[in-house]
Amino acid sequence: MSERERKQSSRRTNESTEEAEVANAQAAGEELTERIDDLLEEIDSVLEENAEEFVKNYVQKGGE
Amino acid sequence: MAVHKVLGTETEFGITVRNAREPNPVLASSSVINSYAGRRARIQWSPEEESPGRDARGFGPEGGMASDGEAGMVNVVLTNGARLYVDHAHPEYSTPECFDPLEAARYDKAGEVIIARAAAGAQHLVGVDERIIIHKNNSDGRGNSYGAHENYLLSRQLPFAEVIRHLSSFLVTRQIFTGSGKLGSENGRPKVDYQISQRADFFEEEVGLETTLKRPIINTRDEPHGDPSKYRRLHVIMGDANLSEIQTLLKLGTTSLLLAALEDGALPQPIQLARPVEATWKVSHDLTLSNPLQIADGSSATALELQWQYYEWMAKYLETQEALPVYAQVLAEWESVLSDLETDPSRTADRLDWTAKQGILNAYHERDGLAWDVAKMRMLALQYHEVDPARGLYHKLVGSGRMRRLFTDAEIEEAVTTPPARTRAYFRGECVARYGSALVAANWDSLVFDVGAESYKRVPMMEPLRGTREHVSRLLDESPDAARLLERLGGAR
Repeated sequence: MSERERKQSSRRTNESTEEAEVANAQAAGEELTERIDDLLEEIDSVLEENAEEFVKNYVQKGGE
Repeated sequence: MAVHKVLGTETEFGITVRNAREPNPVLASSSVINSYAGRRARIQWSPEEESPGRDARGFGPEGGMASDGEAGMVNVVLTNGARLYVDHAHPEYSTPECFDPLEAARYDKAGEVIIARAAAGAQHLVGVDERIIIHKNNSDGRGNSYGAHENYLLSRQLPFAEVIRHLSSFLVTRQIFTGSGKLGSENGRPKVDYQISQRADFFEEEVGLETTLKRPIINTRDEPHGDPSKYRRLHVIMGDANLSEIQTLLKLGTTSLLLAALEDGALPQPIQLARPVEATWKVSHDLTLSNPLQIADGSSATALELQWQYYEWMAKYLETQEALPVYAQVLAEWESVLSDLETDPSRTADRLDWTAKQGILNAYHERDGLAWDVAKMRMLALQYHEVDPARGLYHKLVGSGRMRRLFTDAEIEEAVTTPPARTRAYFRGECVARYGSALVAANWDSLVFDVGAESYKRVPMMEPLRGTREHVSRLLDESPDAARLLERLGGAR
């Protein structure tokens, strides 16, 4: 294999690796978004419903 | 040679009763503690040995400061050697004396489990539409703060001025990995959307005896709870209550190390900040960890850079010591957290409360377009700290594998019921478990028994490292009741 061919071939390998990496990153990104969505759904299901009222009444005495 | 760093934490929990017509946090706290006490022995906490008004700088007790005994009469001494009681208007849990920071982190977490169970047990005492809710936090977001204190055994020979000179900058800068995160600012500090620490806004002095107003970075309370000619017990009030187990280990482990190095004379010249109080607020408000702090010698450095400096000193110090293996773990976690904070703070969301909570808030901010100061965001920030595992958002992060733990549920469960084996807490906890009905009072450094004799018998425990399992398990096993225990203790003298 000539020097040039090697370079091309290696560039091709790099390109395909990069493509694969981009695809992987996208997949990972999508998976992450999905997982975050799952988490937020779970939090939504336990979060105090009347937040306005709750935080308005949340007053503590100082301590220590 | 440094005094072995026996240590513990004291946590005041936030408490509220949802839908309560007449909110009464003192009553609610008492109900919670009483429910846990249940049929367990009622043991008075004998206040005469406590002296929160005594100052480590050498001043006498100040008038007008209520002792713990006056402020909260509801008190339970637990079989794990801990103290559970009402302090002001909060349920409070003090861990037993622990042998190392890993053990202290485990007993700190056990306290959350105990408080959560106590709240569940008191639920039947409130109306059907009411619910007792407890948070492990330090601020209500309305200008009121309550503490999460740490205590460390120190040599009496170490001049307190040395502690002040070396510790203040360390406490100010460690906030980058001890903070539990807070929405907004309080106490007149500049407006921010979010900040690193729950507590920073409330600190107003560098050194002082107070804990409830004009809070100082270095608290000078001098209650050794042991032989006062040998020991101090440093009371650190400038920390956040942490949900993350790794964060509690980091907070307690790095501070123990620094204090041991200080006693061993292994610290170079102290780093002294030009304006430590302002620096406290500044560090907490700097989410990018990039603002330089002014040093008294005219130079400047970021909190992160100063923590790297402390890290390097401690790594070098440990090379010269035959230290417990836990300190290698502390050093590794410290290096990893500083590296990750340097690269991108969000990388620490698997182990730091402030970045974990920020991650949740960011996600809601993006998904729902919520502004940072709306009620729903405040609710999310608050519920992060809820101790009920079914509702607390910290628990949701752990449950979904997003946050790392140090301990298994079984290890925490063990700490809920049994005392640390290598400190005097072992003797206290075992006496509660075995002879609870004969125990009338307890304190950190004594137990008082009523065995039907003319007077009560007091057993002093002035050495934090005596009364361990190794020392007393045989004595306890051979004493079927308290009278026989006292006989044998008397005979041994």
